[in-house]
Amino acid sequence: MTTVQDDASVVAARSVGQPGAAAPGPTTRRRRSRVGIRPPKWFVLPALVAYLVVVVVPNLQGFGYSFTTWDGLSPEFEWVGLDNFARVFDDRSSYGAMVNTVLLTLAVVVVQNVLGLLLALGLNTTVKSRYLLRLVFFLPVVLTAIVTGYLWTYLLNPRGTVNQILGALGLEGAQQDWLGDPGVSLWAVAAAIVWQGVGITMVIYLAALQNVPAELVEAAKIDGAGSFRRLMAIVLPLINGAVVINLMLTITGTLKQFDMVYAMTGGGPAGATETISTVIYKNAFTLLDFPLAIAQGVLLTLVVAVIAIAQIRLTRREI
Amino acid sequence: MRPYTWRTMLLEVGLLAAGVVFFIPFFVLFSVAFRNPDAAPGPLDATWPPNFDNLVTAWTSSAMGPALANSAIITVLSVVPMIVLSSAAAYPLARYTQAWSKGLFYFFVLGLLFAGQAATIPLYILIRDLGLMGTIWAVVLIHVGGAMPFGVFLYTTFLRELPRDYEEAAALDGCGGVKAFARVVFPLMRPITGTLLILQALGCWNDFFIPLIYLSSGSNLTAPLAVYSYVGTYTADWPLVFSALLISIAPILLFYLFAQKHIIKGFAAGLKG
Repeated sequence: MTTVQDDASVVAARSVGQPGAAAPGPTTRRRRSRVGIRPPKWFVLPALVAYLVVVVVPNLQGFGYSFTTWDGLSPEFEWVGLDNFARVFDDRSSYGAMVNTVLLTLAVVVVQNVLGLLLALGLNTTVKSRYLLRLVFFLPVVLTAIVTGYLWTYLLNPRGTVNQILGALGLEGAQQDWLGDPGVSLWAVAAAIVWQGVGITMVIYLAALQNVPAELVEAAKIDGAGSFRRLMAIVLPLINGAVVINLMLTITGTLKQFDMVYAMTGGGPAGATETISTVIYKNAFTLLDFPLAIAQGVLLTLVVAVIAIAQIRLTRREI
Repeated sequence: MRPYTWRTMLLEVGLLAAGVVFFIPFFVLFSVAFRNPDAAPGPLDATWPPNFDNLVTAWTSSAMGPALANSAIITVLSVVPMIVLSSAAAYPLARYTQAWSKGLFYFFVLGLLFAGQAATIPLYILIRDLGLMGTIWAVVLIHVGGAMPFGVFLYTTFLRELPRDYEEAAALDGCGGVKAFARVVFPLMRPITGTLLILQALGCWNDFFIPLIYLSSGSNLTAPLAVYSYVGTYTADWPLVFSALLISIAPILLFYLFAQKHIIKGFAAGLKG
């Protein structure tokens, strides 16, 4: 839509700061842009009301109530300062959930990005099955997360598929009660999360790789750079934007992770897979400890917001 | 494109092997769901001939029929207003260049930063006070409001890049703002509408957390909720559970098979935005 554009005013409007482009007099531009486009301003209202009611006001209330004893029932509540936040760090289950969430996030971010990039590099070649394989690797992305969770609960049970395969390979020693052993359950959950999400990571890397000029990579090859050197020195800097997006998507997504954990372990065994989101859910709707749940929600929201801001700054996108 | 060499072939074999391993969970999903109780299970729980009785039992013993219908209704009732409201809001936000429209746009985009956990309980109280507990309207309202930042962001940034010529022509022909939007602007924004339609429809269908909070006590179960309650009842009976899982994701699988190209593109375009 930008190729053939002989309307001077439009070109001018879109090429500000590009000397050499068609430069019509200011009068032309002003006259043309006056030609009555008057979008109705009230068009904003319905979206604004929905946004205020569902997002803005409840978030502000949440931030405000996090300093009080508000329990949603009694109209009277008092200001307690940072007490609720102190409880978040004193409460052992809550503290454990924060540690688990950070470990889970680290594992998922590293494995999913490495695997996703490797798959994208492999499919960004002339292999004949690349479209079929892209279809297969992406398929779990569209599945309902709790369905994936239950599927993996079966695969990982002591007599499940994973242990069957290990047995068939003669690796009986590696067999585990994957979800029942507090030492491995968090990593087993991480594996299921990566299986579900690696397709989207791969597709975003693939889209970026397709914009890397093949000549650049070829030139480096002729200059004697090995494939690892080429990846580090040429390809990765060129797909920097995709790396940042994928890192942020996997970080924020795993920090908020609820469905898979809830379906696979419910936070067990002995709290070994409890995440911030499952603890918030339990505090809010099982224990009905609203002040603690709200404080935890505020902390998680702040962490995710800081990371999202970092993403915008790193990709330096103009919005 | 580079030529197909023996190294490419080696890579192809490796990738195909990875693809097969990656596909094993799906294979097991089908082989457990279709397990034949009279046959000895082979590798990966495969039995021959497959038995479809579990599928029938799961269908009749679960609330999956009404739940699928409910999920479909909630998805449509959520996605249509998401698209109408956010595209309409984007029109003035993109076309006016005064401070108010820019400020309002940033105000919407700010919502992308909020993960939502801080708002969970205040929203819960609001829905309770509105008397919407247990109704699909609770879920629809939250889906629609929650989607505004993303929708407004995608539509507005797209529309800012779109030349005004068509609208000017429509205005010269005597089209008012509303008519110009419906006849000219909205059709031109089709790529964004397609992306949003795919992302939000899948998001609404697959959503578990919001229906869990607002619908799990009532009779308006969604497909993921019906799966959740069915697993709670039939924990040990994996063939029945897997049949229920399969039924609940059947609409998604069909959608994916028919529209996979658009879906993959939609995800890539939407999440980069």
